[in-house]
Amino acid sequence: MRTKTRQRVDHVTIRFAGDSGDGMQLTGDRFTSATARIGNDIATLPDFPAEIRAPAGSLPGVSGFQLHFADHDILTPGDAPDVLVAMNPAALKTNVEDLHPGGILVVNTDAFTRGNLKKAHYAVNPLDDHSLDRYQVFKVPITQMTIGALKDHELSSKDKQRAKNMFALGLMSFMYSRPTEPTITWLRGKFASRPEIAEANVAAFKAGWAFGETTEVFAHTYEVKPAHLPKGRYRQITGNLALAYGLIAASNRSGLPLFLGSYPITPASDILHELSRHKQFGIRTMQAEDEIAGICAALGASFAGHLGVTTTSGPGIALKTEAIGLALSVELPLIVIDIQRGGPSTGLPTKTEQSDLLQAMFGRNGDSPVPIVAPSTASGCFDAALEAARLAIKYRTPVLLLSDGYLANGAEPWRIPDVAELPDLSKIVQFQREPNHDGDFWPFLRDEVTLARPWAIPGTPGLEHRLGGLEKEDGTGNISYDPENHHRMTEIRAAKVAGIAHDIPPLDVDWGEGGGEAVAGGRGYGWGEGAPSVLVIGWGSTYGPIRAAVRRVRAEGLEVACAHLRHLNPFPSNTGEVLRRFDRVIVPEMNMGQLSLLLRARYLVDARGYNRVRGLPFTSKELEAAITEHVHEVEGGLRQ
Amino acid sequence: MTSVPLLTKKDFVTDQEVRWCPGCGDYAILANVQSLMPDLGVARENVVFVSGIGCSSRFPYYMNTYGFHSIHGRAPAIATGIAATRPDLKVFVITGDGDGLSIGGNHLIHALRRNENLTIVLFNNQIYGLTKGQYSPTSEVGKVTKSTPFGSLDHPFNPVALALGADATFVARSIDTERAHLASVLQQAARHQGAAFVEVYQNCNIFNDGAFDALKGEGAGNQIRLEHGQPIRFGPRLEKGIVLVEGAHLEVLDITDAREHHLLVHDAYRADPSLAFMLTRLALGPEGPTPIGVFRQVQRPVYGLEMQRQIDAAVERRGPGDLATLLQGADTWEVP
Repeated sequence: MRTKTRQRVDHVTIRFAGDSGDGMQLTGDRFTSATARIGNDIATLPDFPAEIRAPAGSLPGVSGFQLHFADHDILTPGDAPDVLVAMNPAALKTNVEDLHPGGILVVNTDAFTRGNLKKAHYAVNPLDDHSLDRYQVFKVPITQMTIGALKDHELSSKDKQRAKNMFALGLMSFMYSRPTEPTITWLRGKFASRPEIAEANVAAFKAGWAFGETTEVFAHTYEVKPAHLPKGRYRQITGNLALAYGLIAASNRSGLPLFLGSYPITPASDILHELSRHKQFGIRTMQAEDEIAGICAALGASFAGHLGVTTTSGPGIALKTEAIGLALSVELPLIVIDIQRGGPSTGLPTKTEQSDLLQAMFGRNGDSPVPIVAPSTASGCFDAALEAARLAIKYRTPVLLLSDGYLANGAEPWRIPDVAELPDLSKIVQFQREPNHDGDFWPFLRDEVTLARPWAIPGTPGLEHRLGGLEKEDGTGNISYDPENHHRMTEIRAAKVAGIAHDIPPLDVDWGEGGGEAVAGGRGYGWGEGAPSVLVIGWGSTYGPIRAAVRRVRAEGLEVACAHLRHLNPFPSNTGEVLRRFDRVIVPEMNMGQLSLLLRARYLVDARGYNRVRGLPFTSKELEAAITEHVHEVEGGLRQ
Repeated sequence: MTSVPLLTKKDFVTDQEVRWCPGCGDYAILANVQSLMPDLGVARENVVFVSGIGCSSRFPYYMNTYGFHSIHGRAPAIATGIAATRPDLKVFVITGDGDGLSIGGNHLIHALRRNENLTIVLFNNQIYGLTKGQYSPTSEVGKVTKSTPFGSLDHPFNPVALALGADATFVARSIDTERAHLASVLQQAARHQGAAFVEVYQNCNIFNDGAFDALKGEGAGNQIRLEHGQPIRFGPRLEKGIVLVEGAHLEVLDITDAREHHLLVHDAYRADPSLAFMLTRLALGPEGPTPIGVFRQVQRPVYGLEMQRQIDAAVERRGPGDLATLLQGADTWEVP
């Protein structure tokens, strides 16, 4: 055995691709887990078809998992893979174009049969025709070697073949010096009830590792040192898991028992699944008969004094629209979570998009403002859930939380927060216990500061009252058709939501090195010579790609500022002031220009969109090009 | 024993002006419900009335309890959220034939099959009142209305049959003007553990006047009063009866001494709903023999209580949830 050279690299992007039945998501997930253990920073992008099992070997059936890991903090799952593991011809065909020239390509040669080549529309076997010459190709008979490694195992040949993803994982774990114990321990736990399957997978995994170690094909192994992340205890987390935990935390910190009314929908169902597992927290989850029942039951729970939550995706929001209007009319707390996916209609169920912003903002009859919060990272979903709960409870209003498919399924390291440091939401619950108006109870007599109305729950003697979607008289809450009253109530509802702007942090601007700085007192911003004249502003999951692109632009010596909105309604109170300080405002969005429309309408600034709806997150490369062009254009214009 | 203070009907009346048309059957139902509330022995603050949209759905505004006048068709869903989180409350759903069977049909059947702890009262007037007189899903075929000037084409729902088909555990029917009968049925429904469904034939004197006249008044020919354990007979002189023919269908026949012992004896507690269902099919509407009373009353686990049981079991097994432990998870690492 020749000694391998170990090469240090600062970051690597690996993509596992195979058939939907090949277990690529699991393989990627396990590699991620082992990588997180080493202390690398990570970002992942699972990319899978909507079909549970498209025909085996077909192009639509390809499932991929991309993982970016590094010895420094990273912001995206990587634009293009440095390494591609292709388990069959279809996976090769749909992914190889993304691989960097000179990149490592590991193929399972056993899957390159005539039938599979035909299904992938290859006339000639690409392993034979020099079309892959620009890559470092490693041809490995993964299926045969897996079966060989399992020859003494009492399993069907089909079951043996199924372990081939673990062989691939073992091989990649060797190449990138990943620890083996976490995967072995995990496999034995996962298949505890079927030890023969567990041991077969462990054997396949070890065989893949051993193959890498002994064969002369692989001359190098690679090492990525731990990243310098802030001190603390970490775990890996996806956006949907973080949302579920954030909701449990909100329930725990408010003292309100959690009720989730939800209908299964991709990519939101995981939140329902997760919350259903934790009944010891007093959580009630109800899989409703439809989207409408999900939100209505949640609203009923809020009326009864619980923290009502509903989770869905864009098509579900469309169905819940009328109930959101009812919630804002009766002014009860309610959290509505939208894990956005490609639209319109059924659209692209498993792909990401940000195209529900205007639906969240305006998708109801009447003048019907609703606060909107949007997490920008997977781990940020935890804080976003707490913030949505804070606003819902404090202002007695439905709150829309806009996540998306990329955040939902993408994983990253999360510094586990200290529970004692989480916001205390119990003080803002304040159920009404006593009459509030000359011995009577007026359900719409408001708090003067927040404009929130009292929340009196059934079971409270003397406060019996009736709520409804008909217009209510200011104060008493009795039905009122009075023209002036309706105008006043419409204004109050708007003012209540607008007032939240004073209760959220100002928009924070990253000016870059040597740029401007915040003026003391937070009343405005100033900057020195050479400060950026271009601002890139975004919201939601574009945070990572935008920040990564801005880093690249600055690395080229250009000045650019960036900012990210976490509240979309209302906007932070300094938003207009920030926007007007720049000669050019660029708004990258995975939609056709929804935030830019709002910014233009609200602040009369010439916000320029960068809009792509490919169902995938932006690459930092494409954003770098777009931003650079704007910077050159503006600076050229200024020089003239 | 609860320490509920003695209340009277007046305690359940609100100061809101009742805005139904003069002569509407809803007044009689409202008075009936207000009267029966003190007898239920539930404190006023523990009662919630939930409704959807329609004439009947104004009901909660007139009940001095907690109330929620929601959106069209969704009352059973909203009430489910209340009942599932608060088993201590007595929750009523007030709905109509359009609200409960057309736009909200899905929620109604699911609330029934789930056996949520709800008393659902459906006012059936076989017409849309609030939108001024279109035919409803319970209108008879050929109904001439503004939206069906040449007569309606679609076959109506039989609400009681629908509820039985949804496996409701309590299914009954009564009539707005039959004060004592309605009170008795509503009492039984309100005391039922689980989802109780009561269809109330309610006269809309503006858009569908007299729809149930054949069942009303002294000696009403078509009204059949179901009483558990009693042979089923009807007619002005109880001269007709119901018999089960060949174990397969029901027939009406004139009673003679020889035939009396063949009469079907009503069994509301029968686990199998087939006989109750057959009783709903005697006629398509009030123009034929129509049973009122309790068709079915059986026991099944109650959704909200089962939900609570799962929570209690989880706490028993794992101890009350600890947030720090949850967030920590199984797979962590330390960054120094």
